[in-house]
Amino acid sequence: MPIKTEQFYLNVGPQHPSTHGVFRLRLSLDGEVVTDVEPIIGYLHRGIEKLAESRTYTQIIPLTDRLDYLASMTDNVAYCLAVEKLAGIKIPERAEYIRVIFSELMRISSHMMAVGFYLNDCGAFFTPVLYMWREREKIIDLFDMVCGQRLLYNYMRVGGVSQDVPDEFLPAIKKFVAEMPRYIGEYNQLIKQNEIFLARSKGVGILPKETAVNIGASGPVLRASGVKWDIRKMDPYSIYDRFDFEVPTGEAGDCYDRYWVRIQEMTQSLRIIEQAINQIPAKGPICSEVPQFFRPPPGETYGYIEAPKGNLGFYIVSDGSIAPYRLHIYPPTLINITALKDMMIGWKVADLIIIFGSMDVVLGEIDR
Amino acid sequence: MTLLDQFQLILKTAGWPEWAVYLTPAIVGILIIIIFVLTVVIVFIWWERRLISRFQIRLGPNRCGPEGILQPIATAVKILLKEDIVPEKADKLIHFIAPIIVFVPILLIFAVVPFGEGAILVDLNVGIIYVIAISSISVIGIFMAAWGSGNKYSYISGMRSIAQMVSYEIPVVLSIVGIALVTGSFSMIKIVEAQSIPFILLQPLGFLIFFLGSLAEMNRSPFDLLEADSEIVAGYHIEYSGMKFAMFYLGEYGVALAYSGIITTLFLSGWQGPLLPPILWFIIKVMLVFSLIIWMRATLPRLRVDQLMSFAWKFLLPMAVINLVVVAVEVLVLPAGLQWVMVILNFGLAAVLILLWSKLFTLGGGRVEV
Repeated sequence: MPIKTEQFYLNVGPQHPSTHGVFRLRLSLDGEVVTDVEPIIGYLHRGIEKLAESRTYTQIIPLTDRLDYLASMTDNVAYCLAVEKLAGIKIPERAEYIRVIFSELMRISSHMMAVGFYLNDCGAFFTPVLYMWREREKIIDLFDMVCGQRLLYNYMRVGGVSQDVPDEFLPAIKKFVAEMPRYIGEYNQLIKQNEIFLARSKGVGILPKETAVNIGASGPVLRASGVKWDIRKMDPYSIYDRFDFEVPTGEAGDCYDRYWVRIQEMTQSLRIIEQAINQIPAKGPICSEVPQFFRPPPGETYGYIEAPKGNLGFYIVSDGSIAPYRLHIYPPTLINITALKDMMIGWKVADLIIIFGSMDVVLGEIDR
Repeated sequence: MTLLDQFQLILKTAGWPEWAVYLTPAIVGILIIIIFVLTVVIVFIWWERRLISRFQIRLGPNRCGPEGILQPIATAVKILLKEDIVPEKADKLIHFIAPIIVFVPILLIFAVVPFGEGAILVDLNVGIIYVIAISSISVIGIFMAAWGSGNKYSYISGMRSIAQMVSYEIPVVLSIVGIALVTGSFSMIKIVEAQSIPFILLQPLGFLIFFLGSLAEMNRSPFDLLEADSEIVAGYHIEYSGMKFAMFYLGEYGVALAYSGIITTLFLSGWQGPLLPPILWFIIKVMLVFSLIIWMRATLPRLRVDQLMSFAWKFLLPMAVINLVVVAVEVLVLPAGLQWVMVILNFGLAAVLILLWSKLFTLGGGRVEV
């Protein structure tokens, strides 16, 4: 008599410690091996794109904060750049530098969270996260000093930034930039040569170069697969053409490379911040004259930047009124996780968690 | 002559009836051990939370009582007041008795742990074998909890528990045989008394194998796959709350205390030590071993399940066998007085084997074609 068997389904999420929010995976398992994956998203849908249609261009900025809530500043920058492109607004020199400094600080902070929680997914008991948080607190304190907020900044404005940095900001950030390389060394000491960490992440969850390009992946996920693509270099927006920095790439496209690319990008971001601090004009306007209810000319535009997680784009259609006719967000993480199924099948449950963790996913951005 | 025997002698000379002479010291001894274990477990919970906080650059509990020492008591009260929830799909009977089956064997282990000179409940002549046998029963309890909960995460945890516990039992037992060869006895008291040189020096490899194996036996990081919170949330005790959960929680620290005590007894010369009283030496050594376990938990990520298995079968087991053979030859060839020669030989052996294994084998594992 044959033994009756049935397929073992496992529902991971939406309430699960390692789904980085409310992501849901419906797995078919063979023992511990994943045979099929069905990702289900939409649990954090707030209709930001629709909400934007009934708000003025300035009122949309707080909405963009809520996209990738671990990197709100770059969301603001991306949106403002798109609107400025649509309306043809030039922004003052000092504001450009402030934007670059804050974008790069945000990138460091976002990568810290990514690496820290990736280690948590590997099973480290919160130690890496808490060490990363120590420095993330310093970055957040810098943001707090400037705009009075710790998570959702609402700092960028169409035409510049909302307020000038206080006098104590530049000494504080100089101190941070001087200290940071030592802390990155500490992370490497804790993580990089850990035998268990290497065994868990080397060769796991490989995203081949071709697949990465075909799905349109971007950010550290794409660069870890060996593609040297960074919008800051390829299509320099703002003033990124003035800075000297490198684009770190991985080779294998595995979880280890995605971790290591992020660590290297932190160093490169520090280089950019250092140059920006030296070049920033001493005083000057920080926002160009934009009327409170400003009406961009009818038309459409697409503005995109290299956000910490990849290519973040805003597509705006204007009909000449005070609110956009249509706003569409191109979120990097949603595009990146389209490869999840190919990456996960054949690996074990434990690997699946760290593959998902290595993609650095924020659900606020995926579900919008 | 143990303290218990002396107690019996006093009662006998006082003219108590024979059944009372045997029963009273036993009950008193058991009560003392249970109270001692529960107290130390509470201290352990506090110590782990405080120490791990220091590793993680934070303060840890510091509000209840001085330095937060009353925090475990507050936690215990909170847990006791929680509602006891039994899932709809659970196998009610098995769900109910599983925590007991996990917790009771852990208490039984302490019957043969010598806390001080003569401070042992029963000096079994097969003491260490008894420990291995009794502690294996907890696996059944864990599997019952996993199966009886009717939850898929706990089901995976149960499958992992069987594989993990059975695999790690073998190297653990083999490393103990090495000690038995040197001492010529399985009795815990005799093992302690034989350690003029602590066995951690005499058998460094045996210590490593036993320590790593016992980490897996007590589900501690980096082998905490049973309750891997990032993968299967809490594993076998995911569906437990209230007092039943407290049993698992106490059991987790109780088994940590038991294995710290056994490692102290087997490898760190037990209660022996200069100046301080024996019981204090024992507690100091136990705390050292437990702190080492906490340190590992604060530092290391978790192994994957196939890596866990290959670590047991490809790393620990061959090393344990080689260690056993070498120790057997040494015991045969070397005269009893030349233990220092054995120390040097075994340290050399450990270094060579660990280097060789780290070069020859990888944890491996990888993608499975489906």
